[in-house]
Amino acid sequence: MDTLEPIVSINNVTKTYKRGDQIIPVLEEISLVINKGDYLALMGPSGSGKSTLLNLIAGLDQADKGVIEVGGIDITVLSESELSRWRVSNVGFIFQFYNLIPVLTAFENVELPLILSDLSGKERKEHVFTALKVVNIEDRMSHYPSQLSGGQQQRVAIARAIVTDPTILVADEPTGDLDRASAANVLDLMDRLNRDLGKTIIVVTHDPWAGKRAHTVKLLDKGVLSDDSQDTHS
Amino acid sequence: MIVKILIRNAFRHKLRTSLTICGIAIAILAYGLLNTVIDAWYAGVEASAANRLITRNSISLIFRLPLSYREKIRSIDNVEIVSYGNWFGGYYKDEKNFFANFAVEPNSYIKLYPEYKIPENERTSFLKNRRGCLVGKKLADSFGWRIGDNISLISRIYPGKWEFVLMGIYRGKQKSVDETLFFFHWEYFNEMIKKSRPFSADNVGFYVIGVDNPENAALTAKTIDKGFENSLAETLTETEKAFQLGFVSMSESILDAIKLVSFVIIVIILVVVANTMVMSVRERINEYAVLKTLGFSGRHIAILILGESILITTIGGMVGVMATFPAARIFSYAVGTFFPVFNVTKETLLQDVIVTLIVGITAGILPTWRATTIRITDGLRKIG
Repeated sequence: MDTLEPIVSINNVTKTYKRGDQIIPVLEEISLVINKGDYLALMGPSGSGKSTLLNLIAGLDQADKGVIEVGGIDITVLSESELSRWRVSNVGFIFQFYNLIPVLTAFENVELPLILSDLSGKERKEHVFTALKVVNIEDRMSHYPSQLSGGQQQRVAIARAIVTDPTILVADEPTGDLDRASAANVLDLMDRLNRDLGKTIIVVTHDPWAGKRAHTVKLLDKGVLSDDSQDTHS
Repeated sequence: MIVKILIRNAFRHKLRTSLTICGIAIAILAYGLLNTVIDAWYAGVEASAANRLITRNSISLIFRLPLSYREKIRSIDNVEIVSYGNWFGGYYKDEKNFFANFAVEPNSYIKLYPEYKIPENERTSFLKNRRGCLVGKKLADSFGWRIGDNISLISRIYPGKWEFVLMGIYRGKQKSVDETLFFFHWEYFNEMIKKSRPFSADNVGFYVIGVDNPENAALTAKTIDKGFENSLAETLTETEKAFQLGFVSMSESILDAIKLVSFVIIVIILVVVANTMVMSVRERINEYAVLKTLGFSGRHIAILILGESILITTIGGMVGVMATFPAARIFSYAVGTFFPVFNVTKETLLQDVIVTLIVGITAGILPTWRATTIRITDGLRKIG
């Protein structure tokens, strides 16, 4: 029954961008509910607004209108610094280009989000080891990103995303920069995080393969959620 | 962790950082040297005593005063001691070996300048020997003179070859004391003048007057000048400091130019460091956006960027400061007696440190502002 508990609730969200004098609508009256433990893929053509929607859910951007509740908190009313603090414990990020800090080792990259927590050095270490073990990259923990393959870097990035045990995991084209084999590994890993650890995952992707791994696929076109969403498990 | 990132970021582009550090070091070295040159210009002013007055002809320094003024000055209230002397304008062997040399009344002059450290036996020998001379340690070293050496000077003002015997070498009690001066007996000078230019004899170029208390200096100076009003040679009396400042003011334009160059140097290092920081931050804007995504605040980002800027400038500044000492020694040696006192002062070092910090902070402001204000989504779009 846990899976039916809403974790993300989006209500009539609108987002526009300004380009000079022009106002470009990106999302129009979006409403969506994502349940706890769900694995949702947002798909659609380039410019459809899927990354913007992901950024709004993750608290990286502000909606013009509407309400976004994550874990019962309306994040649209939070200030910049409140959002910043909220993200630390509520959102894990996985990017297309991994976005690891090149001057830090894999271990230090994973430890990074924990620096802002109240954990002691020893506790931080334990969390980092656990996260690295989950993604099966502990043998490369002293390596710098430049010494790792793309797939390995993405696994480190996933470890960094889960190390704080966030409410939701958001992934923007997580396989977009990987070869087929590495992409499959990363998708397997995300499957496990969802299935075994019950993580709620929201992924933006162009890749139909990645889309198939999700429980639900939502299609966005020109800023509007289409009705023909697919339940890939049915 | 923040400090770790900061340090590793600073040395991420080793060549760029090294070149920036070199640039800062050279600029701080130049700034320090130029400041030392300015200090050297003011060395005479700094070394002057508040209880010493200088009396000279009110028209100009090149006009003399009668020796007979000595007794009248001595009789004025608050005057403790009176000495006198003449600028000799001599050089050693070749005109390029020019240094400051004076004929002085030795007993009173030595008493007036206790900052000259003279070994007792050398002092006695100098006072006893009318052809004796007393020179500063730096000057003696530069020509390899030793006690007992015969020294001939040729004067640009007084014809003939002037023979002296080196009887004493003085050292300064403080670093600020000029050790490049040459003194000899006024009596000897006057005797020679009597032979060659009798009309110039029994005249002095200046009086040096010791007053009992620096607070009485201004009043005493006024009294002296009043005493010689409407005479054939009216006097101008001022404190030793004012007298020295008068010399410095003659070269004020040069000093202004040096100060301007110093300022330009600061601007140049500022631009160099700012350029490095702007380039670095532009390349890493995506990383700063990632840090913000992970919950790091603008304050953390500011610490990273400003810290890196300050770290690079501090290293460059330290190298520059350390290089200033040997460079000042080489410079001092190269210019010989032109700058009698050429010491890198604590004030100059403090200024170096302040300039370094100002440059470090200022150069980091613009990139910090950019990195902290950019929207996360815009920053994430930029691939480094």
